[in-house]
Amino acid sequence: MTVHFKQETFRDDYTYSNSPEAIRRFPFPFDKDEYMYSVNIEQHMPGPAKSPFEFPIDIDEHYVSEMRDRAITLAQDPKRCQSLPHMITAEWDLVELLMESMAKHYPELFTLTQDGDRWRWINRPLDIDQTFTFGDASTLPYPPMEYITRQCQGDFALLDQRLDNLWMDAGMITSQADWSLDFDIGMNFLEWHAPVPLAKDMAIFERALKFLLNLQQGRPVRRLNWTMTINPRLDTSPENYDKWGADRATVTPENVGRKVHLRVELQAMWRLPRSNAIVFSIRGYLINMDELVTVPKWARRFHRVLRELRPELAEYKGLTRYRQTTIDWLAKHDDGAPTSPGFQPD
Amino acid sequence: MNTDVMDSRPTYGGLRLDPRAKSHLVVVDGDGAPAVLDAFAGAEDELNRTTILCAHEDVAAGGLERLCALRAARLQLSGSSEDLLTEFERVLDGADMSVRIYVAGRESFIGKVVASAALRGVVPDSVVAERRGGVSRRVQCVHCKHIDEGVTASPYRCSGCGQHLLVRDHFSRRLAAFQGVRIDAEIPGEVPPAMELAS
Repeated sequence: MTVHFKQETFRDDYTYSNSPEAIRRFPFPFDKDEYMYSVNIEQHMPGPAKSPFEFPIDIDEHYVSEMRDRAITLAQDPKRCQSLPHMITAEWDLVELLMESMAKHYPELFTLTQDGDRWRWINRPLDIDQTFTFGDASTLPYPPMEYITRQCQGDFALLDQRLDNLWMDAGMITSQADWSLDFDIGMNFLEWHAPVPLAKDMAIFERALKFLLNLQQGRPVRRLNWTMTINPRLDTSPENYDKWGADRATVTPENVGRKVHLRVELQAMWRLPRSNAIVFSIRGYLINMDELVTVPKWARRFHRVLRELRPELAEYKGLTRYRQTTIDWLAKHDDGAPTSPGFQPD
Repeated sequence: MNTDVMDSRPTYGGLRLDPRAKSHLVVVDGDGAPAVLDAFAGAEDELNRTTILCAHEDVAAGGLERLCALRAARLQLSGSSEDLLTEFERVLDGADMSVRIYVAGRESFIGKVVASAALRGVVPDSVVAERRGGVSRRVQCVHCKHIDEGVTASPYRCSGCGQHLLVRDHFSRRLAAFQGVRIDAEIPGEVPPAMELAS
């Protein structure tokens, strides 16, 4: 397959946009006209051709520009990438998982040659040709997790398993929905989810944790999560909230279509073979309202989801200030017709 | 389960002697002395293998005399809260697996002792702690990373970057701090009146 990589920005002049093909494959997260939390975890099985689920790791038209944006964020704030010392084995596990998956499914873009511990990695889109010794961090220009996640779309957290809990002890987090790795590193599963409203009473996290503690090697799982972002900004970190927060007050009926974005996270989890840690990948997709309403079913459905959303969730997701303006705008694209079950466009 | 309390904020059950421990290491701060007295008074055998560390300038009036009267095997006084933490680390570095750690005092101080012990391989939940004294919090500004001690109201002004911060009920054991986030980021200048932190 050939991927044409777009040159675009996720800050300042915000030139990011989706091609018609990217809109068609967007992982729209609502399979009915309302939304509430659930433990919506399923096997991370190969999905339909050209969908974001076709391969375990999805590389799309935004790859090169997203990697450039990550490099800018890291240059400004190196603490977006951190790893506690005992996570080095899990870091190498991650190198193996990502390189093997990317090379297998995108052979035109990536090549991995393994000769014992002597590995050669070729990344054509980013013009990288690296020979290194697997397990010897001194043979790479960055620590192993940082090295490979500078070349792979999505945020990554590495979770250590001990004391019947999962501990977020390493991560590369540059495109997060308002949470801080620097603050949360070292926390367990229940601690880092503490700020999420309602879910605790529903025992969502206890059940999800129990499920993940039993995650098996070779049987990855996934779920979708969503929020909204003003402007196609990847770096919606709490660290920079004092800079991007004001964008939420700039939404008007005239600019909803291009400023308001649905942000979907494809979260996938793998058990790692050497460390017994878990990779938690958070692969983000952004689509603005102008693009979203080109799919009539999604326009109708998202209007209804947003209209019925519980206020606590709207507040937690930070939508309160522009929610009504967006609902009013979407209403013009909802004729009240029934929508078909499932995520896919009609 | 009390759903008003965030899961990331530790709850401290109170000092209770662990008779299985071969030795006891007790760290006392501020108003913590009465909690130690409640737990250890009269336990002669246990006191023979107990070390108490405290900073004399921080222990509330009368507390020091009563700690002395306990006649623990060892009572070590430090000049300041920082020196006390250093002394605790020194003693812990020389201790073995059979020691039980106790800490009583302000929440921010307990957090620092637990974080320091965790760096030395001690499971945080194994530290026996009791919170005594005021409700002030230690808060890290998520923007400039400056840590303010003794924050008693929210929002407060960060002494690092000068921004007005909401104190979130989100606690990092590693930093022994709550998280502060700019409160008027969306509408600059719109800062609500400060409210005393309730607990």
